Amino acid sequence: MSALVLRAGRVSALVERRTAAASLALAAAALLLAFAALCRGDAWDPPGEVLAALAGHGDAALIVQEWRLPRVTAALVFGAALGAAGAVFQNVTRNALGSPDVIGLDAGAYTGVLIVITVFGGSAAGLAAGSLTGGLAAAAAVYALSLRSGLSGMRLVVIGIAVNAMLAAVNNWIVLRAELEVAIAATGWSAGSLNGLDWGELRVPFLVVAALGLLLAALARPMAQAALGDDLAAASGVALNRYRLLVVLTGVGLTATVTSATGPVVFVALAAPQIGRRVAGAAGTPVLPAALTGALLLLAADLAAQTVLAPVQLPVGVVTTVIGGTYLGWLLIMEMRRP
Amino acid sequence: MNDEPVGEAPKESNPEAVAGRLAADRVTLGYGDRVVSAGLSVDIPDRAFTAVVGANACGKSTLLRSFARLLPPAQGRVTFDGRNVRDYRPKSIARQVGFLPQGLVPPDNIAVRQLVARGRYPHQTLLSAWSRDDERAVAAAMAAAGIADLAERPVESLSGGQRQRVWIAMILAQETPYLLLDEPTTFLDITHQYQLLALLARLRDEGRTIVAVLHDINQACRFADHLIAMRSGRVVAAGPPAEIVDTALIKEVFDLSCVIVPDPVAGTPMIVPDAGPG
Repeated sequence: MSALVLRAGRVSALVERRTAAASLALAAAALLLAFAALCRGDAWDPPGEVLAALAGHGDAALIVQEWRLPRVTAALVFGAALGAAGAVFQNVTRNALGSPDVIGLDAGAYTGVLIVITVFGGSAAGLAAGSLTGGLAAAAAVYALSLRSGLSGMRLVVIGIAVNAMLAAVNNWIVLRAELEVAIAATGWSAGSLNGLDWGELRVPFLVVAALGLLLAALARPMAQAALGDDLAAASGVALNRYRLLVVLTGVGLTATVTSATGPVVFVALAAPQIGRRVAGAAGTPVLPAALTGALLLLAADLAAQTVLAPVQLPVGVVTTVIGGTYLGWLLIMEMRRP
Repeated sequence: MNDEPVGEAPKESNPEAVAGRLAADRVTLGYGDRVVSAGLSVDIPDRAFTAVVGANACGKSTLLRSFARLLPPAQGRVTFDGRNVRDYRPKSIARQVGFLPQGLVPPDNIAVRQLVARGRYPHQTLLSAWSRDDERAVAAAMAAAGIADLAERPVESLSGGQRQRVWIAMILAQETPYLLLDEPTTFLDITHQYQLLALLARLRDEGRTIVAVLHDINQACRFADHLIAMRSGRVVAAGPPAEIVDTALIKEVFDLSCVIVPDPVAGTPMIVPDAGPG
């Protein structure tokens, strides 16, 4: 059997061996890369020293624990959140292009952030609320515009790309109209960056991502069932309207949480679910491989952002844009060729 | 379950067909402003094989979708045990009534056994996700549909006919006493069509209630205990094929002039078109 049956009393589960092995491998690779990232400063520190620093010993303890560790953890957690959000929307739209960054949810969340910064000044809570509101508004707009043709299919994606472009224009307009110092702060953010994050800023986003992740784990079964199509899902007992509302709120929540902490980081949500499902050899587009791949991708992109033009530190969003743009082009061509 | 015969036995293969637990009560069905059926009442006899027949776009699939809770009636209600099907919890009614729609697309890269296992959804919970019952039902369903040897194959790699049998196995794995199928013989070659209809008849003999939209009126007459003939959203006639099928009915339902002879094998009515339409 290529699947593993787990049973204890009334608790039972079926685990595909290939998916389990691939997930473990992805997690191990992410942890290894995380450790490498912890060693990376202006020069590479010896691993032994970094291990000691993690345990609280040595001169590097402060740097590793307070500077590098939050950034590395943020890359892992936010990457996982983006990958999971991508899987959510690719499942809901039943389309590999239906990811939050492509259909304008990142841009919408960023619009919310910009409005909060320019109009209200912008506390951390305000930014989070603005980001969430903007993401939800963008999701509602895309949904309303594609109601006639249904949630799945290419039409929603094309409408989403249009909404994304309009919101990008709105975002530019807001930045151009803003006071100079506000505009500088906002543009620095617009590429999506993990530079200079500390534990204080990360506590709330991490808690939110963890809570939404748990909710998503509970929604994984109806999500797999919904991949059979609306009719079969509803006829086999999925409460489709409630499921869809919950899962879209969760997906927007994940995207908006990351955006409010880092600015829009594009393409991780687009690419991670597709890479994850191929690595895992899984049926459909499951969340766990997508989340693990997202963590690995964002961390690798952040390492590249710090290394490529060192000592200049690029925003990680620039790196994901460069890699992801190429991938998006290829994916668009493949989708258009599909019968 | 109530097995008492009521009135004269409609057909010897199913002497115990009675007014059923599943019924549509004066439903108005449609999409948006377009009304397909108005004030339609249909009873599905329990433990019988019901075939819904009619020309294209006569509202037969629409009727089936309303029974499957996919199309809420604008007026009237669809009931199970006298209670509106929409008032049941989705999983609890899905353990009673299963539905196989048309035009299904499997998820990418799914293996046959994985797709068949999806039929177990209404029986599973977050914690009990693969019980011994689930395992037994999936194995039995694959055996019944004749696809046990394909278990590990990706569904995408199968032929149209094999795929259709995988979907059938999935709906069998749901193990519902009521089974609704929308043109299940589509994509099957004639051998597999008859195998599927014989399988449905066997399930009926085991006590399940089958409702299938069928394109082939002769197959419907041969295998069904109860025929529902529809035209323009109305039920023109309902009853055992031997009692209701005559040239006038075929003319009215299909606009086809024909002669009717006994099927040389089953003795059921067999429609042979004569001069063609008109």
